[in-house]
Amino acid sequence: MRFNVYVTLKRGVLDPQGRAVMEALHSLHFSEVRDVRVGKFIELDLNGMPEEEAKARVEKMCQELLANPVIEEFRIEEVTE
Amino acid sequence: MKFGVVVFPGSNCDHDCYHVLKNVLSKDVTYIWHKETSIDDHIDCIVLPGGFSYGDYLRTGAIARFSPVMAEIERLAKKGKYVIGICNGFQILCEAGLLPGVLMMNASLKFICRNVHIRVENTATPFTKRCTEGEVLKIPIAHKDGNYFVDGATLKRIEDRGQILFRYSTPDGTVSGEANPNGSVANIAGVMNEGGNVMGMMPHPERVCEPILGGTDGLKIFTSVIESLS
Repeated sequence: MRFNVYVTLKRGVLDPQGRAVMEALHSLHFSEVRDVRVGKFIELDLNGMPEEEAKARVEKMCQELLANPVIEEFRIEEVTE
Repeated sequence: MKFGVVVFPGSNCDHDCYHVLKNVLSKDVTYIWHKETSIDDHIDCIVLPGGFSYGDYLRTGAIARFSPVMAEIERLAKKGKYVIGICNGFQILCEAGLLPGVLMMNASLKFICRNVHIRVENTATPFTKRCTEGEVLKIPIAHKDGNYFVDGATLKRIEDRGQILFRYSTPDGTVSGEANPNGSVANIAGVMNEGGNVMGMMPHPERVCEPILGGTDGLKIFTSVIESLS
C-alpha cells in the first residue's frame, strides 16, 4: 500500500528557499510568478493492513516525525494503481 | 559535579565541549553515547553538542530527537536537571519539544561561520548568572539552519517569562536587523524552557574559552552553570 506525503511550510512562515527560486524564475523572464513555496515530497510503502488503519498510521507518522507542526503542515494522498 | 556530553552519529563539537569542561575548567566529564537508555545519576548537567546528527536528514535534529538517549534526557529535564544544547544540540532540543520554537534555514540560504555579538537578555538564569545586565558577548556561529522561529503568541509568552537569553546585536548591544545573521525572529540567539533548566543557543561558547582561540566569552556560560551547581 503506497502513500504520498506532501510537507509544506505553513502560510505566514517565510520561505527563503521559495523566494530564491522565485527570484531565479524572474531572472529567467518568468515574470508572471507571484509566489513560490518549496516543500518536501515523501513516498511511503507500507505492509498490507486495512486501509483505514494504514491512513491513521500515516497521519501519526506525519505528526510525530515527518512534519514539524510549529512551521509545517502536511497532506496525505493514497496511491491507487 | 559532573558533566555529560552526548555523542550522536554526526556530532562534531563533542570533543570541544569535553575539552573545555575537562582541561580548561577542570571538571569531571564523560561522553554519553546516544544509544544509552539511562544516564548516571551523578551527572549534573547534560550537554548536547553541535554537529550534523544523522546528516540533518528530514529536518535538523528531527531524527536525533528519537535516539534512545533522548527519552532519558526528557525524563531528567522534567526532573530539573540542567541541559544545554549548542547549535545542533539546540535544534534537537527544539524538535524534542524541550524548548519552544524551531530552527529553520538561514534567510540567506548560506552556511555562516563567523563571530557574532549577542546581548544577554536575562542574567537571572543558571546559564547566564556570571554575565552582567545587557552584556554583549562575542561568540562564533557556524550553521546553515539557525533561523529561529516561533509564532507570535509563543514569542510574546517567552518574552514575558524571560525565556529569551540572547539576542544578536551590534558590538555596542543594539539589537537591529543588520546584526541579525540568519533571519531569526526578534534576533533570538538562545532561549530556555519555562522551568529554567534547559537552554539552547546557536553560537558556540565552547569555541571561545581560551585566549589562544581568540576569546574567552564562552567561559561565562560554563562558569555560570558551574556556579549554579556549586
